[in-house]
Amino acid sequence: MFRYILRRLLQMVLAFFGTTLIVYALMFAGQGDPIQALAGERPVTAAQRAYLTEKYHLDATGVGGFFYRYFDYVKSLLQGDLGQSLTGRQIGDILQAAWPVTVKLALIALAVAIIFGVTAGVIAGIRRASIFDNSTLVLTLLVLGIPTIVLAPLAQYFLGVKWQLFPPTAGSEPTFYALLLPGIVLGSLSLATALRLTRTSVAENMRADYVRTARSKGLVKRRIVSVHVLRNSLIPVVTFLGVELGNLMSGAIITEGVFNIPGVGFNLFRGIRTEDGPLVVGIVSVLVVVYLVSNLVVDVLYAVLDPRIRYE
Amino acid sequence: MSDFETVAATENQAARRGPSGEPGAPNQIGAAHKPRSLAGDAWRDLRRSPIFWISLALVVIFTLMAVIPGVFTTNDPSDCLLSRQHAGPSGGAIFGYDFQGCDTYSRAVYGTRASLLVGALSALGTGVIALVVGMLAGYFGRWIDAVLSRVIDVVLGIPLLLAAIVLLKRVGSASPTVRITAVIFVLAILGWTTAARVVRSSVITAKEQDYVAAARMLGAGHGRIMWRHILPNSLAPAIVVLTIALGSFIAAEATLSFLGIGLKAPTISWGQDIDTGRIHMRESATPLIVPSTFLALTVLAFIMLGDAIRDAFDPKLR
Amino acid sequence: MTQSAVRPTPASPTPPGGHLLEVRDLHVEFRTHEGVARVINGVSYHLDAGETLAVLGESGSGKSVTAQAIMGILDTPPAHVRSGQILYRGRDLLTQSEEQRRQVRGKEIAMIFQDALSALNPVFPVGWQIGETLRQRQGMSKADARRRAVELMDLVKIPAAAKRLGDYPHQFSGGMRQRVMIAMALALDPKVLIADEPTTALDVTVQAQIMDLLADLRRDLDMAMILITHDLGVVAGVADRIAVMYAGRIVEHADVRSLYRSPAHPYTKGLLESIPRLDVRGQALSTIKGLPPNLMRIPSGCPFHPRCPYVQQVCVDVVPHDLVLGDGRTSACHFAQEVRDDSAR
Repeated sequence: MFRYILRRLLQMVLAFFGTTLIVYALMFAGQGDPIQALAGERPVTAAQRAYLTEKYHLDATGVGGFFYRYFDYVKSLLQGDLGQSLTGRQIGDILQAAWPVTVKLALIALAVAIIFGVTAGVIAGIRRASIFDNSTLVLTLLVLGIPTIVLAPLAQYFLGVKWQLFPPTAGSEPTFYALLLPGIVLGSLSLATALRLTRTSVAENMRADYVRTARSKGLVKRRIVSVHVLRNSLIPVVTFLGVELGNLMSGAIITEGVFNIPGVGFNLFRGIRTEDGPLVVGIVSVLVVVYLVSNLVVDVLYAVLDPRIRYE
Repeated sequence: MSDFETVAATENQAARRGPSGEPGAPNQIGAAHKPRSLAGDAWRDLRRSPIFWISLALVVIFTLMAVIPGVFTTNDPSDCLLSRQHAGPSGGAIFGYDFQGCDTYSRAVYGTRASLLVGALSALGTGVIALVVGMLAGYFGRWIDAVLSRVIDVVLGIPLLLAAIVLLKRVGSASPTVRITAVIFVLAILGWTTAARVVRSSVITAKEQDYVAAARMLGAGHGRIMWRHILPNSLAPAIVVLTIALGSFIAAEATLSFLGIGLKAPTISWGQDIDTGRIHMRESATPLIVPSTFLALTVLAFIMLGDAIRDAFDPKLR
Repeated sequence: MTQSAVRPTPASPTPPGGHLLEVRDLHVEFRTHEGVARVINGVSYHLDAGETLAVLGESGSGKSVTAQAIMGILDTPPAHVRSGQILYRGRDLLTQSEEQRRQVRGKEIAMIFQDALSALNPVFPVGWQIGETLRQRQGMSKADARRRAVELMDLVKIPAAAKRLGDYPHQFSGGMRQRVMIAMALALDPKVLIADEPTTALDVTVQAQIMDLLADLRRDLDMAMILITHDLGVVAGVADRIAVMYAGRIVEHADVRSLYRSPAHPYTKGLLESIPRLDVRGQALSTIKGLPPNLMRIPSGCPFHPRCPYVQQVCVDVVPHDLVLGDGRTSACHFAQEVRDDSAR
């Protein structure tokens, strides 16, 4: 188990440097005017130019200069210093205000996925080829095939604006109720994936040899399903949900943008819209780290759940 | 006596063609049937699947729409008059006009081309990368496989949307052709990993087959074995994955365009129109609903098509 | 096509209280969307207290399916028991409710499987899995179940049993895993133990150890055992009687000694001639030509006729009945006498 975690940790460190290097290189390497690249088509004031040059050590040149600047960037990133956005605000402050909202939204989405997706998946897996199973398969396919940029605005229009069942936008201090619709929209994709994964996993385990053994021990069916089958089936599902939490936190760009939820994704959305380069780089860097860490956590979780990996 | 041997021989042949009979494990009955005529069975399953026919029909319609949009609408999508802002249906504009006063339906029809172009070319690019990487890793194995598999792991670990945002930010203002190329390029280099894994594992399976060993003993070179013997076997699973990927690439392009970093005017794209429609949904919802429906149907069609084909070829869980 | 007559199985007289376990004219089929496979076509055999019956046959001959039908653990669908009786202590299990049958499993009739690695649940410690039977079926407390699990593991000779209680199946060697499986089957003191190819997945040296263990346990615990195998070599030292299965029916039934000395069915004869013998030099090993039959299209007449060296027109046309030979032996072959005489020569 220790070796397994150590290996995953090393992989994560490699992936961290790999990804941040790519992010950094793409933003700055071989650019005519890196500052203009950060600012996009927006005019840059002299003060901003001076700040960015100093912040990113843009006066250091060449390959050596590039790596000097890259490590400087990584150092600040690890220290939590993300610099200023073009609007002059500390990116760290922006994120600090935005995180709680994003986490809340992601948790709602995850809860939706677990409550409906996993439950329905277990039922579908036990009753394979039943009407319930076939209809959930078609429904989930529909959900998986409809992009968020369709689902979010349409849900907002029909459920928020037209029928007024939910508040159409969240505003600056969103309540739980205001986050519910965005949470469902955000979670629907995870719900569909979780449902299909659970179904496949349960169905596969239902025909596993150890189920036959459990039956020959004379156990009641209820116990065979709820203890033997579930414990095995949920290993990949829990793993998926862990990765998904990481995805949800970094993947809420569209949902937060559409519903005006002042979370991390919304700030990234706004950063892209307003061509605020430093804000985009800062947020993307942090999200990449979140994503990598959540993957690591999931790997550890996997080892805890599956003894075959624990004692590798 | 001779009649008799014929009977015996036929029975034996029947036994050889049919399942060898492994009733000890009921699940294997289906499996035992598979090698007989995998494609035939799959086609029989497919023919009976309504999802397959519906999605195939949609794919055909949207492809026609992309190639010859003029057949589907006579209105010019760039004929916009602000005086017609959010005007109701009239003269061929069956869904009325959008915020800019353009024909909503006509724009949706003409938006098909960019979406399908990006989706198809990204899938093609993905397919080429996946085939090369998967073939090399699966066929040569050992350190080549180790290195390539790690590369796949790292690329798979990069969140697609975030990476695409960073990559596309660099394109800045550019001509429509350059933008489309950039989007295709970005989606292809970020999206090939799943297909590569599928190709790799099917190559490993094909490599173990007797006829490959036979070809090798007959002195066929690596290139010939890969091209003539292994590639045909790895193609089918790769095509299924790529069909589904095509749908996802269309969705990804629309998302990037929605965010304002994918395709930009004058290219007509559903993503942008959905964004504009969304902002003005309170005044008129049709300019939002129409491109949304087009996009959703297109993505769904490809994903359902791939899903139906995969189910037919892999009936393990039917 | 099928033998309709229900006859008591021969080879030993029916004891006064009836047989401990008796399968009568069992028919099982698998209904799949490709068609109906007739997997068991009129199997009858019996088992008395304290004896070991070996059921021999190739994969697909129906030997495991019969055992699963006895246990009531066939996957239904696709499996359907079409007709027949399975009598345990005179009561027909097939007419009992699922709850009644569940009570029989493990407590009266227990079963061990071929591949212990997949037959054990990978995510629970072995001690937990052995104890689960005791806790669930006998309401034993956790501590008592643990204690009893250690005893059972000692009984099947797992070294340092108490220490290995918390280990997971994949941490055991193949032979030790099969011992865990056996310990689990013995938890409720069953009267009948069905061993379904218990040594097939194991190394040859380990195979012998497990077979010895099973034979010892059967004697010490006074159980009856059905040993299912495709390996004639495994059977010799352990079994009292042998039933040979082919295409879902029993083609020959005899005590071990007579069957080895003079097989009376061409299929058994073929099987015996295909194993190398240490006592005969320069002997040519023969194989049975052809393949096992497709169970969706079982050959007419005698199902073995396409592969049989003794084949005549009558074999194609007429289903052979069990021919009762001396010593209470039977053989479902039109030429049973000739085959036996050939073999004895």
